Amino acid sequence: MIEVRDLVKRYGRHLAVDHLSFTVPDGQIFGFLGPNGAGKSTTMNLMTGYLGPTSGEIVVDGHSVTQEPELAKRAIGYLPEIPPLYLDMTVEEYLDFAAGLKKVPKKERGEQTDRVMELTGVFGVRSRLLRNLSKGYRQRVGLSQALLGFPKVLILDEPTVGLDPQQILEIRTLIRDLGREHTVILSSHILSEVQEVCDHLLIIHHGKKVAAGTPEELERSLARTPALEAEVRGEAERVQPLLSALPGLTALEQLPPREDGACLFRLEAAEGTDLREAVFRVCAREDLPLLELRRDAMTLEDIFLKLTSDDPAAPQLENNRQKEEEKP
Amino acid sequence: MSAIYKRELSSYFNSMIGYVFIAVLVFFTGIYFMAYNLYNGLPQFSYTLYSLMSILMFAIPLLTMKSMAEERRSRTDQLLLTAPVSLTGVVMGKFLAMATIFLIPVALCAFCPLIIAMNGEARLLSDYASLLAFFLMGCVFIAIGMFLSSLTESQIIAAVSTFAVLLVLFLWDDLVSFLPSALSSLLSAFSFTQVFYNFVQYSVFDLKGLVLYVSLAALFLFLTVQTLQKRRWA
Repeated sequence: MIEVRDLVKRYGRHLAVDHLSFTVPDGQIFGFLGPNGAGKSTTMNLMTGYLGPTSGEIVVDGHSVTQEPELAKRAIGYLPEIPPLYLDMTVEEYLDFAAGLKKVPKKERGEQTDRVMELTGVFGVRSRLLRNLSKGYRQRVGLSQALLGFPKVLILDEPTVGLDPQQILEIRTLIRDLGREHTVILSSHILSEVQEVCDHLLIIHHGKKVAAGTPEELERSLARTPALEAEVRGEAERVQPLLSALPGLTALEQLPPREDGACLFRLEAAEGTDLREAVFRVCAREDLPLLELRRDAMTLEDIFLKLTSDDPAAPQLENNRQKEEEKP
Repeated sequence: MSAIYKRELSSYFNSMIGYVFIAVLVFFTGIYFMAYNLYNGLPQFSYTLYSLMSILMFAIPLLTMKSMAEERRSRTDQLLLTAPVSLTGVVMGKFLAMATIFLIPVALCAFCPLIIAMNGEARLLSDYASLLAFFLMGCVFIAIGMFLSSLTESQIIAAVSTFAVLLVLFLWDDLVSFLPSALSSLLSAFSFTQVFYNFVQYSVFDLKGLVLYVSLAALFLFLTVQTLQKRRWA
C-alpha cells in the first residue's frame, strides 16, 4: 500500500507538486494522468526517494520514504522517464549490477535476471552493449531493471514511450499481468493507455489533483449534465424554436446535418432534468419524424481535456490526441 | 556498496580511462626511476615519488572527472539513488574503486626500491613510508576530484576545476607566504605538500601529516554526500 499525504515540492518559486494526497491499495494498477509538466515525474521521483519533498509524507509498504528510505526503497521498482542505463555495459552485466544494487541474494541473481529478460523480451539481446540497442529495447531493459527483485510496488514513468505498436501491446499485457501480484503505478499523458490498463486514475494538473476514481466513476461523476443529440427530419428553422422552448433546457446548438432533409441539434439540460421524453413529445405533436435521439455521454478523453485545458497547455493536448488517432 | 564498487572498477577498464591513467603514471615512474635511481645512482626512491607528484596532479582529474558528473548527465543517478543503498554507500563505493585503480601503479612502484636493493644499499623503510604518504595524498586528490565532479554535469568542468584546486594545494606554501604573518603561520599549518616533503626529503614519518591526509579525504567524501543530499532537497 502506498499513502501520499499532503505532498508539496517547491523549486524556488515554482510549485511543482501542490498538496497532493492519495492512497494506492495493494494489487491495484494506478494511473497518473496529466499533460506534460503537470508534475507526474516529480511526484514519482518523490515517491521513490530520488527527490526529497518540501513537505508532506509518503509511506510505501508501511515505511516512510523520508524516515526509513532503505526499507521503503526495497519495496519499490522504478523505471524513470529516461531509463537509467550504463551504456558501456551489456544487458546481462547491467541487470546483474542492478540485482546486486537491489540486494537480490547472489544465488537467485542469475535465475531472476533470466526471468525478467524473458518477461520483457530482451533475452535475445542479452549479450549486446546497451549503447547499441534501439530506444525500444533500452526502454524494455529499463523495465527489466525495475522488475528485478520483484518488489511489491512498481513505479513506471511513461513505460511505453518509444515502443512500436506491437511492443506497446506486449508491455500493456505485461503490466496487466504484473498488476495481479504487484501494485503498479504508471504515468502517461496518453489517455487510452491508462484507460485500458488502469483500475484507478488520478488526473493531475499544475501539480494538483483535479480528479480521481475508476475510469467509469470519472465518466459518471463528471458527465453530470448528459447532453442529447436529436436528429429530426424537417427544416431547422421549424425545429429550432420548438426545441428551444423546452423547459429545463440550458443550451441548444445546431450541428451540421448528417443527411439531406434532416437537422441535428445538441441539447444540454439542467442537472437532473431528462429531456428525452419532452423531445419525443414535441416532435410527435408537430408531426416531425424523430430519426435519432441519443445521449451524448462525455468520454474520458473529453473529461481529461476539459480538466486540463484551462491554460496554454491545451494545444499540446490536442496534439497528443491527434497522435493517438494516428496510431493503428 | 560492493555492487557499485565492482561496476565502477569494471567501467574504468571498459573505457580507456583506467588504462590511460595507469599507463601515464607507470610511464613517468619509469622515466624518473631511470633518471634518478638507475642513471644517477641515487639510493632513495622517494626522489622519484617527489617528481611524480606533479604528474599525479594531471592524472587524478582524468580519473575523477566522470565519477559523479557522468551519472548525473546520463540520469543513471536515478538508479543509484532509488536503490536500497545509502548515499554514503554510493560515494564510498565509487571512491574505493578509484583508490583501487590508483593502487595499481602504486603497487608497481613498490618493486622499485627492491630493484635498488638488488644492486646496492636501499633505504627501504623510508621509501615505503614515502610510498604510503604518496598513496594517501593521491586518495585526498581523488576525494577532492570526486567532490568537484559531484557539483557539475560536465566532465570537462570537473577535470579543470580539480586541476585548479590541486594546483593551489601544490603552491600553498608560496601563496600563504604573501599573506600577513599571523594568517600565514596559521594557514601554513595546513600545508598539504609539506607532509609529503617531510616523508620524501627528510625521511620523517609524519604521523600528524597522515592524520591530516585521512581527515581531508574524509572531509571531501562527506562534502560529496552532502552535495548529493542537498540536490535531493533543493
